[in-house]
Amino acid sequence: MSAKHVVTSIVLAGAASTALATLAAAGPLTKAEADAAVAAKKEKCFGVALKGQNDCAAGPGTTCQGTSTVDFQGNAWKFVQGGTCTSIELPNGKKGSLKPV
Amino acid sequence: MPPEQDLSFAAAFTPGLLDPTRAAPAIVAGPNGKAAGKRYAVYRNNVTVSLIDALAAIYPAVQRITGPDFFRAMARFHIRSSPPTSPLLFEYGREFADFITRYEYAQTMPWLADVARIERAWLDAYHAQDAAPLSAAALAAFASERLADLVFIAHPALRIVRSSFSAVTIFAANRDDAPVGRIDASTPEDALITRPEFDVMVRRLPPGGAVFAERLASGEPLRGAAASALDACPDFDLASNITGLIEAGAFTSLALGDA
Repeated sequence: MSAKHVVTSIVLAGAASTALATLAAAGPLTKAEADAAVAAKKEKCFGVALKGQNDCAAGPGTTCQGTSTVDFQGNAWKFVQGGTCTSIELPNGKKGSLKPV
Repeated sequence: MPPEQDLSFAAAFTPGLLDPTRAAPAIVAGPNGKAAGKRYAVYRNNVTVSLIDALAAIYPAVQRITGPDFFRAMARFHIRSSPPTSPLLFEYGREFADFITRYEYAQTMPWLADVARIERAWLDAYHAQDAAPLSAAALAAFASERLADLVFIAHPALRIVRSSFSAVTIFAANRDDAPVGRIDASTPEDALITRPEFDVMVRRLPPGGAVFAERLASGEPLRGAAASALDACPDFDLASNITGLIEAGAFTSLALGDA
């Protein structure tokens, strides 16, 4: 696909130098400081399970949990609401609805 | 697997596990050779529950949006139609987003499949190979006249999910327990998923940013990727997009491609 826009080398150089200036301003840490910050963050992360990720952030199959839960069958999709979907709106006023259509 | 391992028992035992209309296999018997349909049903239940739990672990925001009852019913239909093909549970559920798109009772939530795509990308980024992200110094090392041909090598964890809806906002609001306020779902949002160190990050890409990042990640040199992004979006800001992608750890290194 041939692009309509032609990006000149001057534009690229300008963008790259702006990006580098921004990155330098955002990260004035020396290597040692950066390493220390990263190390502190790693330390902090271990053992902290993020909410909403169940037992383990690594996903299923990485914990040994029992599977004795009873799996209720029946027309469960008719058990509507209970989620956050009704907070989510589209411009035509349509909200999320779990009622069978 | 040892070559002489006998799998004939498993072959006879498993076909009915995900199909409740099948009778218990003949090899399953209780004391004195009595039928053991109820005992077999315990296994059937455990297989189904564990796969539904697997989907719930991969897609917690989807479950929070729909509520657990709706989610588990939807997940059950998916499990029946797409049983696992890998013994690795964290690999399961790649077709779940496409299933949601087709699922009759989810049609009133057209954003839901895109939220699922972000959650799947989150887990894939989590399990991707570790790699040190590209540093600003590496970019600074290239002379300005070579920038046009610069190729950005994608980080193994880099994922991009495009949405016609506010999928990133909806995802973020539903990945923790905080109350969810009103969300206008109609703003198209593209997600950038990266993992520069140990933590997966999901960010919203600016206008044109998804095209730019996708082109760069596919190996297109900087000039062409920037032109494609400008074609897709005249407001595309090249400098801030380069900055944002480097800050997010989207790339690992640079190379010079063909002119």
